[in-house]
Amino acid sequence: MSIEALPVAPADLLAAATRLKNDGYRFVTMTSVELDQTNMEILYHFDKSLALKNLRVPVEKGGELPSISGVVFAAFLVENEIRDQYAVRFEGLVLDYQGKLYAETAQTAASSPFCRYHVKAEPDPGPGSAPGGQPGSLEGK
Amino acid sequence: MARTVIPFGPQHPVLPEPIHLSLVLEDEKVVEALPTLGYVHRGLEMLAVKRDYNQMIQIVERVCGICSMIHSLCYCQGIEEMMGLEAPRRARMLRVVWSELHRLHSHLLWLGLFADSFGFESLFMQLWKIRERVMDLNEATTGNRVIVSVNVVGGVRADLDEGQVRWIKDTLVEVEASIRSLQSTIMNDSTVCKRTKGIGVLTKQAAHDLGAAGPMLRGSGIAQDMRQLKYAGFDELAFEPVVETAGDCWARSAVRFREALQSIDLVRQALDKLEPGDLAVKAKGRPEGEVITRVEQPRGECLYYLKGNGSLFLERVRIRTPTFANIPPLAAILPGLDFADVPVVVLSIDPCISCTER
Repeated sequence: MSIEALPVAPADLLAAATRLKNDGYRFVTMTSVELDQTNMEILYHFDKSLALKNLRVPVEKGGELPSISGVVFAAFLVENEIRDQYAVRFEGLVLDYQGKLYAETAQTAASSPFCRYHVKAEPDPGPGSAPGGQPGSLEGK
Repeated sequence: MARTVIPFGPQHPVLPEPIHLSLVLEDEKVVEALPTLGYVHRGLEMLAVKRDYNQMIQIVERVCGICSMIHSLCYCQGIEEMMGLEAPRRARMLRVVWSELHRLHSHLLWLGLFADSFGFESLFMQLWKIRERVMDLNEATTGNRVIVSVNVVGGVRADLDEGQVRWIKDTLVEVEASIRSLQSTIMNDSTVCKRTKGIGVLTKQAAHDLGAAGPMLRGSGIAQDMRQLKYAGFDELAFEPVVETAGDCWARSAVRFREALQSIDLVRQALDKLEPGDLAVKAKGRPEGEVITRVEQPRGECLYYLKGNGSLFLERVRIRTPTFANIPPLAAILPGLDFADVPVVVLSIDPCISCTER
């Protein structure tokens, strides 16, 4: 049994999200799913009149995807959460916590104890650095 | 004009749950609000790899103390779908009874807290006094006031006898009368209206675009409620979503007030349809595959994504709680408000940080 989900390549993600928004879909959330040691997929869930439309986007652990937060602002929070917990970075995130959404991560450089992976915080690059910062290192528990 | 950054939380007199908002002010006006989470993040989703799928019921019940029953309902429905099980009709009706009692006590709790947020302490105490009657129903019928723990994969583990059904109905007559006696105060009192009408307006379009959920969505004129999916026993009950159109704090309050009365009606309908029958079907096999299941919590739409591989342990449990969905709309409506209105508007989304920090 699998959920109905449209496979979408990362390069086509923004276009797909824009199309759903223009078709009247409401953003619900995203789900990160680990597939094996190196691969995972992100499911994007949209709703219209109680019917869900799901997009399935492949990404490598520690890899990068285009952020859809420029299309649907509500995605910024869950994209930051996935960055914190799975080290997937989102290019163009409109409100980027740079891997520090969760206060614990920000203060102790260790994420919540049950996260399978956590991102070690990089030293603060200082003012004037590019948004998004440097990718953290991925460390298995 | 110089800007001032004021911290709101993580501990605040109107919100004893840890969320932090960095409020950027110009004079007394909010111009930007940045939320910070993670003070009590528990990583419950990740426990799925360490607890078997039956033990996970007790875990998901603790995602939220206020709507524990609805979390386990959503989870069990997902597991049942994966395993090809259908809970017996009596179990599905009992699930409606306890989930609506949870909604009722949650809304009464919130209405009281909301009144307290603008200093109406006598209203707060009246509402919580009524809520205690509902908590008594939970305790007497399940053994617990808050974490009622009635759901199992395949049905429920508790039942109601005829005496309990009669007692619940009698109690709800008194609870309904008590709630209705406060209606004009909650809806029309000048103190309430001055602090809530026209404050924190979320338009219908913004509610849709920002992914709002629950009373936040319905208070802005969108008639969407997951109970329309007719899960559990809702397929046999008369139900229409409660909708208000003003999109302000008053509208969100009105939705919850009317939903409290609606929950009483739904409990009565479900009790009237209770017929003798099994409480659960035996679960055979192991969950395999992936499902998405959704239910309506007091705070809105809750989504569970479950993935099993045929073993005792699930590969992935993903929980999208309604407060998580309502934080982006909150961040969007705070700019432009007077600083004094911030606590009322934050309360108006009925924030459950326990859910958010699952």
